[in-house]
Amino acid sequence: MKDLNETNNPYCDDKVIDACSIFGMMNTTGERFSGECVIRAIANMHVRGNGLGGGFAIYGIYPEYAGCYAFHIMYLSREGKSEVEDFLKDRFRFMTAEEVPTRRTQKIVNPPLVWRYFLEVDQQKCNGQPQDDYVMDRVMEINTRIKDAFVFSSGKDMAVFKGVGYPEEIAEYFCLEEYEGYLWTAHGRFPTNTPGWWGGAHPFSILDWTVVHNGEISSYGINRRYLEGFGYHCTMQTDTEVIAYAVDLLVRKHGLPMEIVAKILAPPFWDDIERCPEDEQKLFRTLRQVYGSLLLNGPFTVIIANHGEMIGFTDRIRLRPLTAGVKDSVLYLSSEESAIRLICPDLDQAWIPMGGEPVVGSLERPIVSKGVTIAERNEAPC
Amino acid sequence: MENKVIKRTASPIDRIDATGFSSRELNARIRELAHNGTERVELYNVYGQRYIGTDLDRPIEVKIFGTPGNDLGIFMDSPRITVYGNAQDGCGNTMNDGEIVVHGHAGDIAGLSARGGKIFIRDDVGYRTGIHMKEYGDKKPALVIGGTSQDFLGEYMAGGILILLGLNLQKEEAHRTNFIGTGMHGGVIYLRGSINDFQLGKEVGTAEPEEKDWQILRKFISEFADHFGYNAEEILEHKFIKLFPLWLRPYGRLYAY
Repeated sequence: MKDLNETNNPYCDDKVIDACSIFGMMNTTGERFSGECVIRAIANMHVRGNGLGGGFAIYGIYPEYAGCYAFHIMYLSREGKSEVEDFLKDRFRFMTAEEVPTRRTQKIVNPPLVWRYFLEVDQQKCNGQPQDDYVMDRVMEINTRIKDAFVFSSGKDMAVFKGVGYPEEIAEYFCLEEYEGYLWTAHGRFPTNTPGWWGGAHPFSILDWTVVHNGEISSYGINRRYLEGFGYHCTMQTDTEVIAYAVDLLVRKHGLPMEIVAKILAPPFWDDIERCPEDEQKLFRTLRQVYGSLLLNGPFTVIIANHGEMIGFTDRIRLRPLTAGVKDSVLYLSSEESAIRLICPDLDQAWIPMGGEPVVGSLERPIVSKGVTIAERNEAPC
Repeated sequence: MENKVIKRTASPIDRIDATGFSSRELNARIRELAHNGTERVELYNVYGQRYIGTDLDRPIEVKIFGTPGNDLGIFMDSPRITVYGNAQDGCGNTMNDGEIVVHGHAGDIAGLSARGGKIFIRDDVGYRTGIHMKEYGDKKPALVIGGTSQDFLGEYMAGGILILLGLNLQKEEAHRTNFIGTGMHGGVIYLRGSINDFQLGKEVGTAEPEEKDWQILRKFISEFADHFGYNAEEILEHKFIKLFPLWLRPYGRLYAY
């Protein structure tokens, strides 16, 4: 494991108390839109963060390279870059490599190098492994073995931009107003227990998965050990990382639908299970028994995204906030309703889902929220 | 939407366009107006500014068009705030006196630690509504909710009156709220509509409302109906349940021996 002391806690801020801001916006028709409104929305929750982390995930961003794995990699030194590039050249077909465009701003100090690579996998090099598994293993190798290099994202037609700063500053730095996507998630950070550094900003990502998170995963240790058994190595020093790997394992490798994943990460209480119909009891008991080590304990709200899908939910007793909104085919998820209203004042519906109950936006089907408490009933004007 | 209960006064209305205002700037502006004798102020384009109405100690009328931020009316002492929209988390946090009327829903911990005044919410509320509301002498906060509530309603409640009307529930539909009154050790909760025993915290008992309870219900439900255009009598015809704390110190036996 490489030494991270240099990047550790450069602001000496190791214990502060506030909240992060998270925001997600998806057009379920797949129509792409500029990030301008997402940037305004996350900036509206400026006071929730403290400038020690901001980031965005964008899906549908690179249609011209839709078939390639788009690697966004952060380098803390030139040596890291050349070592990674040698590593990648041996293992992938290079389509394009370029520095991620940035603009000089006063707010972003001492930024690392960030490059992006559009890569194809040579089937012969996989040795029979599925391509996604091959790519995941290479990401883990870079993160754990090569000094001064961290993979921000590695999926197809998607990308993560993140760093130390307020999210609107990160957006300005990476010129995000120039990109389009059909699904955006955003995060403003207030680091609590782990350092504010570029790799520790959200979203966390593996392959097509991204996670933005508000809260604290007190089960991090047990989740991490469980995931290590499946080849996932946590290197970003932040609890949220385990969620990205957990959904990759559960959905991509184990083939479970997102609604079930939500019931693994935030399972119903045993008392509630006992009051369920018999077949559901059996299901929930089985999930808790098989995947007990992936239960996320502690307060959290997450927005998890994948190609064609965005899902938001909180812990079971909702110790962190989440509001959902819908306007036509667009689903909004946010820490605060005001951020949604700012960019869409005339929502069709705005509601607050029950703790642990997922709100799902998908390209495949209508927007789902099981157990809606507000939207179905609230016909009155807001 | 017209608010029927606002008394017509001769004083002019001050209007503030809150676009681009930080929480601090907006509250400073309201405070300045109040100091200069303004009795009515309307806020437009409110998007998440926090603590609106904090530190105001006179009965100024504040109308909010938009979505006010967290801790609306925190620590306030007698203003009347009307929100034409939804409130976020912490609405009425530790308010001492005054009134908050929300023409929409409210997020988590509405009425948190309130020690006086009244809060009326037309639709639903989130988690931990009325958590640690308290009372002393004639200071007795009241929180009336038109819709239903999410979990931990009245958690650690130490005083005051909490009324949950469930007006948007279907016939025969029970409230979904779990852990009602967990840790409750003071005050009273009135529920209109049905619940199951397992939804109650271990620290609450149930009873039929008595005549003095109906007096309280009539008073606050009439005010609620006036605010939102309901018929109070129709609301009162329904069955109500009274929830009260079983012990003054529910965890006394846990920590003291």
